Amino acid sequence: MPNLAGFKLNRNVMIAVALIVMVTAGGFIWNLTRPQEKESLIVSTTTSLYETGVLDVLKTRFEASNPEYNVSFISQGTGLAIETAKRGDADLILVHAPSSELAFMETGFGVNRKIFAYNFFIIVGPAGDPTGVEGLGPVEAMLRIREMGLSGNALWVSRGDNSGTHIKEKALWAMTGLSLDEIKLEPAGGSGGTWYIEAGAGMTATLQLANEKDAYTLADVATYLKNVKNGNIQLVKAVDSGEETLNVYSAIVCAPDKSPRGMFDASMLFVQFLASDETQAMLETYGEEEFGSTLFKPWVPELDNPESDIVTWVEEQAYLDGSECPTQYRHQAGSLYR
Amino acid sequence: MSWTPIIEGVSEAVRLILSADKTVIEITLRSLQTAGYATLIASLVGVPLSILVAMLEFRGKGTIKFLFNAMVGVPTVTLGLFLWTLFSRSGPLGSLGLLYTVQGMALGQAVLILPILVSFTVSAIESKGNELRDLARTLGASEYQASLVVVREAYSGVTLALVSSFNRAFAELGIVTMLGANIRGVTRVLTTAIALETASGELGLSFALSFILLAVVLTLNLLIAFFQEGRLGRQGWLRYIMGER
Repeated sequence: MPNLAGFKLNRNVMIAVALIVMVTAGGFIWNLTRPQEKESLIVSTTTSLYETGVLDVLKTRFEASNPEYNVSFISQGTGLAIETAKRGDADLILVHAPSSELAFMETGFGVNRKIFAYNFFIIVGPAGDPTGVEGLGPVEAMLRIREMGLSGNALWVSRGDNSGTHIKEKALWAMTGLSLDEIKLEPAGGSGGTWYIEAGAGMTATLQLANEKDAYTLADVATYLKNVKNGNIQLVKAVDSGEETLNVYSAIVCAPDKSPRGMFDASMLFVQFLASDETQAMLETYGEEEFGSTLFKPWVPELDNPESDIVTWVEEQAYLDGSECPTQYRHQAGSLYR
Repeated sequence: MSWTPIIEGVSEAVRLILSADKTVIEITLRSLQTAGYATLIASLVGVPLSILVAMLEFRGKGTIKFLFNAMVGVPTVTLGLFLWTLFSRSGPLGSLGLLYTVQGMALGQAVLILPILVSFTVSAIESKGNELRDLARTLGASEYQASLVVVREAYSGVTLALVSSFNRAFAELGIVTMLGANIRGVTRVLTTAIALETASGELGLSFALSFILLAVVLTLNLLIAFFQEGRLGRQGWLRYIMGER
């Protein structure tokens, strides 16, 4: 390489560089020598939980009753959250994609899955219901949006990032009986583009994209409300939630024999804490103040009404072999499963 | 187990290249296109601007140079955020419809690399500057002719500035993420595809795309070195790569 085209190292530059190096090195050493009294519990979590702020409340409460631990959250899509746990970089995961969760436990990396909350995905779209989906169920609404899309009068934005929300969206398209591979190629009227837009982005970015394009998209309620509150988007809820849009959040602990971090007991403590009466009661009201609407429904109390609709739906969609966690995937679970 | 994704990545990269995977080619071409447009726009503005700044003496020259030097380190997300608000439908430039298009991403990258281009070009010209210009003048050249001589002599410095700018645009993630949103078949480029595959937990594919990105950067730089052969003499390009000028 030629030299940097006449950029000369004069004395001032050298002093500046020396200062930067010294400050950086000093900070690094200071950080290393600080006493680490608390053990760090690393929770790999989906973005939809993280963005609501509920995790900060959980962290504060858990650390208050268990001062020996410091809880850190890594906010990722469900795919990477699981990959992070597999690589031994996290102690437990909080996710919302039952099929991926089963795969995670089948490979022996995860144990003691516990459902702790649920809510419903919503289909949001431009105000004024231009496609006339009001009153339809999610699947009929999606068929209608496609029809309008084919004539160039509607657009659909997909997360396209293999996140829990994306997996749910694919399941909903499967229920329409259409092939997603074919849908992706369908033109939007004569415009040259397709009516199905695959974003490959996070929930907020996808909502913003849908907002810019007056398109429809599937969103989790929490991220949607947060963006509405921030004034980022003008999209409205287009379709009422129902059985098909159920969204179930579970915790899975990394198997002690696969995890090099040795935090199994602490992780179990955290899962017990999630399922405790206090946390479940907190989840029931969380969001009212900040978003004007609750964001989650606690799952554990529902178990008292085994005949209810919601229990039936969760059993159908989020149970694995008829259980929250089949016995072969349980490990020193104590009183976690009643 | 820790090496698995990298090994998978290498073999996946080789497989994708050998099989001429349609999607990968499309994404790679879009990356080249976006960064190419960006470099073109930036050089159309930046090179004349640099010549003026380097050649003319005027009040505030030092400030302008300082500003461009300082802007070299601007974080791409900050710039992306700023441009996103400008380009958004409800923003001041919303009517241009630049958001979520290749043109919008290219414009964003052009803004990003302009300071690099100007800073490098100005110092390249200035390093060849005054003595050469004086010499040309004493040999009877006009002010304009003397300036041309300087720019011609600064050729390799200006090339380096262009190449660095292109590389920066080609490899950046923040602006294309915010202005393009990684839409498949429309604004998906190599860096956003890598970020997406990583976020999806597809580490092997992420590495494969990363290797392709690196390969393109290396190939381009080798080509440019090769074309400098004419100026550097026989085997000059080899010495150029090895750092012996």
